[in-house]
Amino acid sequence: MMKQPLINLVDISKQYDGTTVLDQLNLEIFENQFVTLLGPSGCGKTTTLRIIGGFETPDAGRVIFDGKDITQVPPHKRALNTVFQKYALFTHMNIGENIAFGLKIKGKSKSYIQDKIKYALKLVNLEGFEKRMPDSLSGGQQQRIAIARAIVNEPKVLLLDEPLGALDLKLRQDMQYELIRLKNELGITFIYVTHDQEEALTMSDNIVVMNQGYIQQMGTPEKIYNEPENAFVADFIGESNIIGGTMIRDRLVEILGARFACVDEGFGTDCPVDVVIRPEDVDLLKPGEGTLEGVVSHLIFKGVHYEMEVMAGGFEWLVHSTDMFPVGTQVSIHVDPFDIQIMHKPESEDEEAVGVNE
Amino acid sequence: MNKKKLLAGPYLLWMVAFTVIPLIMIAVYGFTDRTGAFTWENVTAMIRPEHMKALWLSLKLAFLCTAVCLFLAYPLALILKAKGVKKGSFVVMVFILPMWMNFLLRTYAWLNLLDDGGILCTLLEKLGLARFSIIGTNTAIVLGMVYNFLPFMVLPLYNVISKIDENVINAARDLGANGFQVFRRIILPLSFPGIVSGITMVFVPSMTTFAISDLLGARKIMLIGNIIEQEFSTAANWNLGSGLSLVLMVFILISMAALSHYDKNGEGTSF
Repeated sequence: MMKQPLINLVDISKQYDGTTVLDQLNLEIFENQFVTLLGPSGCGKTTTLRIIGGFETPDAGRVIFDGKDITQVPPHKRALNTVFQKYALFTHMNIGENIAFGLKIKGKSKSYIQDKIKYALKLVNLEGFEKRMPDSLSGGQQQRIAIARAIVNEPKVLLLDEPLGALDLKLRQDMQYELIRLKNELGITFIYVTHDQEEALTMSDNIVVMNQGYIQQMGTPEKIYNEPENAFVADFIGESNIIGGTMIRDRLVEILGARFACVDEGFGTDCPVDVVIRPEDVDLLKPGEGTLEGVVSHLIFKGVHYEMEVMAGGFEWLVHSTDMFPVGTQVSIHVDPFDIQIMHKPESEDEEAVGVNE
Repeated sequence: MNKKKLLAGPYLLWMVAFTVIPLIMIAVYGFTDRTGAFTWENVTAMIRPEHMKALWLSLKLAFLCTAVCLFLAYPLALILKAKGVKKGSFVVMVFILPMWMNFLLRTYAWLNLLDDGGILCTLLEKLGLARFSIIGTNTAIVLGMVYNFLPFMVLPLYNVISKIDENVINAARDLGANGFQVFRRIILPLSFPGIVSGITMVFVPSMTTFAISDLLGARKIMLIGNIIEQEFSTAANWNLGSGLSLVLMVFILISMAALSHYDKNGEGTSF
């Protein structure tokens, strides 16, 4: 059964002053999903969100919402609401008036509005805040109000533009759980923009990794993390060792002069590839017991694990392990076959632009 | 703490020497007659018909001038914001440029423009229109006042309006507000402090001006400022001049207090 996407971006392009921000972007977003647009600043993720919200008009392409073309529809006529980066509360109104804004514009009855304010404040755990002014609230509280102000309008989609960016770490983590709970309680679609990969992995049903106006990869957090499609994704999501290598044949790859067994097939023989190995997947064994010999060159205690750098085969391997090996220790590197991720090397310059950009 | 207090010294000295002491002197003059005896007469002189007439006219013209300034400056400030004109840019400079020229010089320029046989008059005549001069009319005075005081309205309005966060406006649009509703419920209430200070900065000087009315009113129109000025200069009656000044001052203080009170009420009750 093919489900109809709720939002469909078709061939969206956007330029600012001759710089291409989005290039023929295609994206389908389905109902009741938590979708995160993830990427470094300038990758086009916020522009994509603003195009969905109606604050930008694409130079080319169409925005289809619920089967209708809304490309030229102004923001106040779109059935979606936005939570802005720095809350954007109305400082001249109290919290109750802020939340009531959209409902009053729509001409809802007083009692309906009152009920909605109560409901929304309860939902964001700020009951009794109706009469407070926005300035008297902490950043986290203001952000909750911004969310409450958006959701009382019962949008089909909530757009969130780096809503937790201004909060400190602890609060950010709390709010992440809060957002997941909200999304489940409301049963609506969340489109979330962030540059924080950890935030994206924690909350999303689906992650869209973007760079330089192109979608690099789409998929579940597990898929994106475990099977990055290119070096950019591998590097941007979590830490990783990205090493150039050669696919000798199916299920055997050569990197840094050593041959590792892997699970990938279909690359042909002697095909140049990029190999991604996550630091926690690198096992350090006694000399001679593994595949590649090396020596520990750096050691840092990180709390949950030790972070080590191992010089082996002329490459500095990043290794996370709960076992500690002092600097100077001779070790042998072993990687389990299913922990090795093989990626095509970018072939053309065009593909290169889509790839790593530091 | 003590060092910080010392830093206020120069200003305090200035304040006492040139504001507090002169004010006390005016109060002393205002409540005494020529012999130095206490009297209410100089203060109550305000209710004399010729003074009331001048006060009423001053009020009317100052009000008109403020209204015209607001009407000109507010849309300008909105446009400057919409065009994303930055503070300190050339465009903003142009609007406040008149402030950099001597005040009397500017007014003399208007005299040349509007005078009988002046530029405007000649131009109209050349076009075959009726020959007329508006010098010596209320219109001429209001024109002069608007020209001189407009920058004082533009600046505070531009300041508050340009500070309104674009995302706050976007949030209102996002919640369903159309262009007018965004203006009425977001931009207007948020720009209220600028409106109040703009009104204050235009209304007070236009209420008390005598140079503009002297030049462009061709000495035919007496504003309260002219009357006070004449008491000090030609009539040499410092006591009466001081008394009228005091009343005018209290009058302005009361209107400003009312205005700022309205501002407080205005905030937070935009719905």
